[in-house]
Amino acid sequence: MVKLKIDNIEVEVAPDTSILDAARTVQINIPTLCKHPDVDPSAGCGMCIVKVGGRIMRSCCTPVSEGMEVITNDEELKEIRKMVLKLILSNHPNDCLNCSRSNQCELQDITAELGIDQNEIVKLVSQEPKDDTTGAIVLDPSKCIVCGRCVNICQNVQNVWALSYLRRGFVTKITGANDTKLANSPCIKCGQCVAHCPTGAITDYDNTRRVSALLNNKKNITVVQIAPAVRVALGEEFGFDFGSNLTGKIYAALRRLGFAKVFDTNFAADLTIIEEASEFVERFTKNDNIPMFTSCCPAWVDYVEKYYPENLANLSSCKSPHQMLGAIAKTYWAEKAGVDASKVKVVSVMPCTAKKWEIGRDETMNSSGYKDVDEVITTRELAKMIKAAGIDFKHLKEEEADSPLGEYSGAGTIFGVTGGVMTAALRTAYFYITGEELGKLNFEAIEGLKAVKAAEIDIKGTKVRIAVVNGVGNVAPVMEAINKAKSEGSEPPYHFIEVMACPGGCIAGGGQPRVMGATFDKPWGINNEIRKLRSKGLYNEDVEAQNRLSHKNESIKKLYADYLGKAGGEKAHHLLHTKYRERDLYKK
Amino acid sequence: MDRETCLGCQTGDKWRKKRGSLIMALHEIQGVKGYVGWQDAMDLAKTMNVPLARVYEVLTFYNFFKLVTPGKAVISVCTGTACFLKGNDKVLEKFKSELGIKEGESTPDGLFHLQVVRCVGCCGLAPVCVVNGKTYGRMTPEQVPVILNEWREAFKKEA
Amino acid sequence: MVDMEEIRKKFDIHNIAKNKLAEIEKYKCSIYCCHSTGCKSSGSDDLISLIQKVLEENNLTDDVRVVATGCMGLCAHGPLIRVEIKGKKDILFKRVDLEATRAIMEKYVIPGLKNDGDMVTDETLKPYVLSLDLPFFTKQEKVVLKNAGHIDPEDISEYIAHGGYLALEKALKTMTPGQVVEEIKKSGLRGRGGGGFSTGMKWELAAKVPTVDEKFIICNGDEGDPGAYMDRSILEGDPHAVIEGMMIAAYAIGATAGWFYVRAEYPLAVERLQKALQDCRRHLLLGKNIMGTDFSFNIDIRLGAGAFVCGEETALIHSIEGARGTPRPRPPYPTNKGLWGKPSCVNNVETLANVSKILLKGADWFASFGTATSKGTKVFALTGQVEHSGLIEVPMGTTINEIVNEIGGGVPEGKTLKAVQSGGPSGGLIPVQLMDMPVCYEELKKIGSIMGSGGLIVIDDSSDMVSLAKFYLDFTVDESCGKCAPCRIGGRQMLLLLDKINRGRGKKKDLELLKQIAKAMQKASLCGLGQTAPNPVLSTLRFYEEEYTNKLLDGKE
Repeated sequence: MVKLKIDNIEVEVAPDTSILDAARTVQINIPTLCKHPDVDPSAGCGMCIVKVGGRIMRSCCTPVSEGMEVITNDEELKEIRKMVLKLILSNHPNDCLNCSRSNQCELQDITAELGIDQNEIVKLVSQEPKDDTTGAIVLDPSKCIVCGRCVNICQNVQNVWALSYLRRGFVTKITGANDTKLANSPCIKCGQCVAHCPTGAITDYDNTRRVSALLNNKKNITVVQIAPAVRVALGEEFGFDFGSNLTGKIYAALRRLGFAKVFDTNFAADLTIIEEASEFVERFTKNDNIPMFTSCCPAWVDYVEKYYPENLANLSSCKSPHQMLGAIAKTYWAEKAGVDASKVKVVSVMPCTAKKWEIGRDETMNSSGYKDVDEVITTRELAKMIKAAGIDFKHLKEEEADSPLGEYSGAGTIFGVTGGVMTAALRTAYFYITGEELGKLNFEAIEGLKAVKAAEIDIKGTKVRIAVVNGVGNVAPVMEAINKAKSEGSEPPYHFIEVMACPGGCIAGGGQPRVMGATFDKPWGINNEIRKLRSKGLYNEDVEAQNRLSHKNESIKKLYADYLGKAGGEKAHHLLHTKYRERDLYKK
Repeated sequence: MDRETCLGCQTGDKWRKKRGSLIMALHEIQGVKGYVGWQDAMDLAKTMNVPLARVYEVLTFYNFFKLVTPGKAVISVCTGTACFLKGNDKVLEKFKSELGIKEGESTPDGLFHLQVVRCVGCCGLAPVCVVNGKTYGRMTPEQVPVILNEWREAFKKEA
Repeated sequence: MVDMEEIRKKFDIHNIAKNKLAEIEKYKCSIYCCHSTGCKSSGSDDLISLIQKVLEENNLTDDVRVVATGCMGLCAHGPLIRVEIKGKKDILFKRVDLEATRAIMEKYVIPGLKNDGDMVTDETLKPYVLSLDLPFFTKQEKVVLKNAGHIDPEDISEYIAHGGYLALEKALKTMTPGQVVEEIKKSGLRGRGGGGFSTGMKWELAAKVPTVDEKFIICNGDEGDPGAYMDRSILEGDPHAVIEGMMIAAYAIGATAGWFYVRAEYPLAVERLQKALQDCRRHLLLGKNIMGTDFSFNIDIRLGAGAFVCGEETALIHSIEGARGTPRPRPPYPTNKGLWGKPSCVNNVETLANVSKILLKGADWFASFGTATSKGTKVFALTGQVEHSGLIEVPMGTTINEIVNEIGGGVPEGKTLKAVQSGGPSGGLIPVQLMDMPVCYEELKKIGSIMGSGGLIVIDDSSDMVSLAKFYLDFTVDESCGKCAPCRIGGRQMLLLLDKINRGRGKKKDLELLKQIAKAMQKASLCGLGQTAPNPVLSTLRFYEEEYTNKLLDGKE
């Protein structure tokens, strides 16, 4: 441990801790706009300056040392910080009132904290156009403060390399290579850039108006579904603690917004497990394109199509759960409810920006004869709709989802967290192979935030090697090992691999709330503590669930008996499976 | 594209195994073509196993690299301190008015590209201009049309 | 079977020196023709061909040798030719063209080989003669530039004949790495790139970090200061001196490989460096077991691509790695974590060029030049409104007055000296009333300037200081990497304010704001570029504030 003094307060922290982090342990908040625990400090914003022995240093990236004496807030530092912030503000529009990030913006917050009440510096704001070509995320260069978090995340954490710097100096811009629009770049729409942006420069593509239009058209029967991860995050927007599971309140809010039926993507997660576990058992026993990758993360699917086209056959052919639900709603449910399928509109509330892109991925996304899912809004957008509708979410009474596309098992709910899909699939695969239920339903080895989690599962003598990749940026070594084994004709290192593109899984997806709890340390948005709390919210629901097995979901059983036939059968295949194709990294 | 004629691939192959070679490879491509085009960058990125985003981050950071073909004659007007003090700004103005372009642009006929550079290291000869590697020292605005004609004549002869 | 002994003998530097000196001894006359970028662009190539042709026509190729040398210093008067006839005083000819060259050959060299007179007698030649007794030559102290203008930089044996690689031999065969570091520390040599950090201390820090697999020595040749070309001239005029310095540094700190990072705008320097490295490899001065010792080392070149900020060591390292040349915060210092995360020591060209001299002549000899804290000599590029603009080398502690008025011959007729700018866009002004200030890191800093890499720009009374400040700021704003906000936005905003004031549209509050932004930039920028970018503005404000206030609108409306 290292001992030092910050503003004359004795501090003891681990070596290599930054001065900024050390200060937080003694309740001193040094302002910063670029440091974020998920990435190395870029030292770009210049706000976190402190004095060490009279010398001005950046506290975000200067490690503590024994006996160091730090001053964080004298008059000179305050004055310089204010001037730096004014400079940053001179390069940022005064659009706060019209900005989707208003009230949840780090720049706005710091400006208020530092008490900037006038700015004599002339405005120089970029006139570069917005890039909304992906239909999932929107880049607004005029609001960018070039903190570099998004580029760092996109390149070094996610290993996607869609975002990059263009030019230098005052005209530096963050964009695709050579100013390529994001839709023509390797972007997989994971939205981690959105999750880490300190301002309104990167936001989700807004679909709330289109959802309102669907709801306002009285000819429509607009149904809604919520993804697993939404229930443990939405509450943050309304003052609940991180990880609070508010499923019942969300159902109630959705009804008040005017949705005809409230379904749950968790139902479809169970359905996915039936299809995916059957597919795995079949492929595993026939040694057909093993290892098999999960395919419920559209960003991951996009990544394979762009970066690993030689491995397309390793992807499970299952659609993601919300696509399955959309297809079922417009066929089975419409039939059952006796409504005109063409009038049924499906809206998905997702923790994810890539889902906005996924609904138009290819023609298999229209398997019901219509667009299976009509609109996707993120958790954040749902919060906005609830607020705009004047709903007092905090005090809403809990309600239930509508039957039958609302029933779900504990296995379905953990789809939203890294390791969850694998856990759910193994529970059912075990049953399919052995005809017996697993004794212990959790696999600790594949839970948590480790980059790659591997385990060997003994299914009555058959060893199944599994891996769970947490964050798409960690997939390269796994792919390398797989493809090496393939080229050498040797045994694959794994049989079944789950990949979720966002670190932590969907609970930390690009569409999740970016707020700060009153009791929570900065920075805003996302960090590992938040990831753990949201994960816990989902795992708790699984543990407490009456049924924790997808194959015991009665509504699912009935769906197969009444409509689909058998898992992987012709009808199931048509409605619930997709195919993949190579996509160019760049389009001209 | 045929690998034999693919400049990006050939250059990439040459530099791939060496360390710290992206900028060197880009220099080499520009040395051959006068600029680094989209296809060259794509080929190089692929061959060297470097993300294209990185290639363009580098290309657009450094002043030396050109993304589109410059004119046949690249006129570099030195704006180093010595040249500034000795009035090269007037020479630059003369080039601009004679050619009808701004710095960083090429004439529509593709003959001339005008750029400003920071010190070519001939401060003793200030003010200085360089045209395709040929240095003109102790420049005056009056010399500008003379130099332009000299190059126009040279191009005519070539043709 | 290759006889290693035989090969060693062939490449023994003492043998090479002996043979080369004997060869030079045979000639009655040497004609040195400046072949650096400046003189080359004024046509020295053609002059050399003409001289050769005349020699052939007159069957004099065995009596007279032509040496294409590096920079002779007096660039304003190039192309320069120096004729050295045995037994006679050297004669320097300036601003020579083809006609003058022919005249030099026919009216001085050829007759001179036969008669005894010392002087140029032909009237047509007299205007071309430049006296070597000028203070420009006599007041200088050449350590780093000793060879430049005297040897052919493309011939390794000439370098060796002039004592080259003896220092390396001394280090490798008679000294421990620790002793080398000690000697450099003792000499008081400080970084010549601008920072002025003790070279010996830097080496000591680098030497302390254990060499796990690799350790690098990097030569910073990214001289980007507009109006400065010291490093270019050294690399063009005496590349082996820098290579030898780097090899000694490598031995001292335990480096496994060396990198030259040179501006792409310096093609001739790169070409000569490449040739020199090739010759070193051929002469087994690079590679395995150099000079039969355990020391193995190799050097590679990487080019810059037009980014001033790459002179900053962490930006330079990023650039070699093939990324954008953006600086990163220190610590960790490159000596701990540098190129590809390996310990790396970055030294400037001129710094390294001093090393072999210190080792051969001793730290005490080196420390005998200069002031209490600034030792040795410093090379300056003296340009601007000065009679003899060119490359000079003076002992530290020489006054600005001596440099400008004696060596430089003062400002041209009819003008008055106003100030001298040192340190380029990162530096500041030395006003005429402080001309007696000695050149020294500390003194320059005191008045808000810096030593910098060695650009000295002479400014006369015709220059307007607000425009000058704007010129420098325009440069740094253009060269800002854009990574940190204070520099990226602050510079741009300062430039706008300066422009406003310069156009007569500014008000007092604009001047105040200018000062405030300057302070924030100085204190909160990440690297030296941003921290020093306001210097020219602050420096001109310090000494010439009335030039700013005269332009303000206040009171005029």
